[in-house]
Amino acid sequence: MPRDMMIEAEELAKRYGETQALAGVDLAVPGGRILGLLGPNGAGKTTVVRILTTLALPDAGRARVAGADVVAHPAEVRRHIGVAAQDATLDGLLTGRQNLVLVGELSDMGRTASRQRATQLLAQFELTDAADRVMKGYSGGMRRRLDLAAAMMTRPPVLFLDEPTTGLDPVSRQRVWEAVRELTAEGVTVLLTTQYLDEADALADRIVVIDRGRVIANGTPRELKEASRGARLEVTLTAPYPGAVEAIGSLAVGRVRISDDGRRLSAGVDSAPGLATSVVRALDAAGVLVDNVEVRQPSLDDVFFSLTGGHLPAEDDQPGDSAASAHGTRPEMEGAGA
Amino acid sequence: MTTTTLRPAPAGTGILGKLPALLGGGRDVWGMTRRNLVHISREPMQLSDVTLQPVLFTVLFVYIFGGGIPIPHGSYRDFALAGLLALNLVTSTMGTAVGLSTDLHGGIIDRFRALPMWQAAVLVGRSFADLMTSCICALIVAVTGLAVGWRPDAGAGPVIGGFALVLFFAYSLSWVAACVGLNSKSPESAASFGFIVLFPLAFVSNAMVPTQHMPGWLQAVADWNPVSAVTAGARDLWGNPNPSAAIHAWPMQHPVEAGLIWSALILVIAAPLASYFFRRRTTE
Repeated sequence: MPRDMMIEAEELAKRYGETQALAGVDLAVPGGRILGLLGPNGAGKTTVVRILTTLALPDAGRARVAGADVVAHPAEVRRHIGVAAQDATLDGLLTGRQNLVLVGELSDMGRTASRQRATQLLAQFELTDAADRVMKGYSGGMRRRLDLAAAMMTRPPVLFLDEPTTGLDPVSRQRVWEAVRELTAEGVTVLLTTQYLDEADALADRIVVIDRGRVIANGTPRELKEASRGARLEVTLTAPYPGAVEAIGSLAVGRVRISDDGRRLSAGVDSAPGLATSVVRALDAAGVLVDNVEVRQPSLDDVFFSLTGGHLPAEDDQPGDSAASAHGTRPEMEGAGA
Repeated sequence: MTTTTLRPAPAGTGILGKLPALLGGGRDVWGMTRRNLVHISREPMQLSDVTLQPVLFTVLFVYIFGGGIPIPHGSYRDFALAGLLALNLVTSTMGTAVGLSTDLHGGIIDRFRALPMWQAAVLVGRSFADLMTSCICALIVAVTGLAVGWRPDAGAGPVIGGFALVLFFAYSLSWVAACVGLNSKSPESAASFGFIVLFPLAFVSNAMVPTQHMPGWLQAVADWNPVSAVTAGARDLWGNPNPSAAIHAWPMQHPVEAGLIWSALILVIAAPLASYFFRRRTTE
């Protein structure tokens, strides 16, 4: 393994009772880069983070963070990491400031340095007004921001952010994104888990997609999009025509899906010059009147859904639902976006 | 690419090399102790078992039971105060079990475990904070006792020694409570520990009544109960009536020594056990 990797994992495996949470995960993050760890709920993202932050022991495989083995030298790893976990892991009965100072002191920063750093981070995350209120009274967004501030207290060279923007409003999300970008500008290495594809797309230098405890894709956002070359064809007809499916069948990759009212067709297609023209000609030859033709290039959402079989949680109202319906792997969602 | 540098690990060779680590451990314990003390200031009702309960128990026992329990060579209130101190301190160790269980059930334990701190500070800090609340409790018992007419008949040294004896026992017992808290499924089940274990432990003793009136087998249990030893020890040190002095069981003849031995024994067994349970509970 290259020496400049700040996070590296080989063949990590972990079982919780009957559940094989991880079945051989490899990761490598060079210094100063952001890795987006992407996957649906239950894919094993949090387990990866727990092992890399010394909270859980792997059943098999090896991992090193900042050059230290997570199993053999957990104390050494802890000196170099900051963690913002999924559950709020701060003390509800302490004020925001007291929480940060406690984290600093327990990290051997000393009282004065801890106080100064806390004041600075509270200002950075716009928590100065709430700094001396008990954390229990914070909103969800404020808690996540305080959690992030706690992770950054010691200016750790490696930062683990487990779904840092889950449940945040768009404004808070933007703030978190800005904070993460600033960190990498300072040379901090970040492992970020997320269910939000746009988040990984916006922040990550590389993306690893895991599903059911395995890595199913690994690359830059661009590489992943290119790997899924197929574009999506959406056709709206003036009225339902039985012959329409057959007419575009030769252009489609896989099945052509029809909406309930019979007017909308969707199919995967290979990107090619003049594709829309071919579609219209084929339908015209079959005597079908067309209202609209759309050829969409793949988004990271499409890549994700095609890789994971599209079982992203339904409550998620991030962009992605329409892609799921178009893909046809979730027939129950078809028409949801129409 | 990276502009951050890794901080070197503290040197760890020899006893002097370990000194920074020891100091660091002390700072971690102090940080955790302060955290738990802040909790108490935020939710003062949590403290009711060491503030209101001593007042309530003292008044109840002295004025309601006191008249019906004859004490040879003295008054019930002079007899009762050492028992009330033991009773209140023993039952308040429930707070250690509940507090630790609450910490383990929230996400906060993960935060501490990922910090470069001395992990046992979670336990030691808790025990120190609980010792401080025990001291507050002892002070309230003393003030209430003085208000209802309790008077020690000894110098300042032995009087303080009597309080210290019971406080040391309560501190040791808080490590037993820690073991319970580390093994309980929820803070609620940790609380039930108080009713199932601590109340019988406190009452099957000479704390509130002389053991001479108990059935033979129960008296034997009570005379060897560590609560009886520390209570009788405090009575002796305070110069208050101690009917147990007439009992031949060894701990009743040497209550201060017995109390110290019991407390030390409980501490050396329960503290390592608690740190073992903590490691087991937090390993996944």
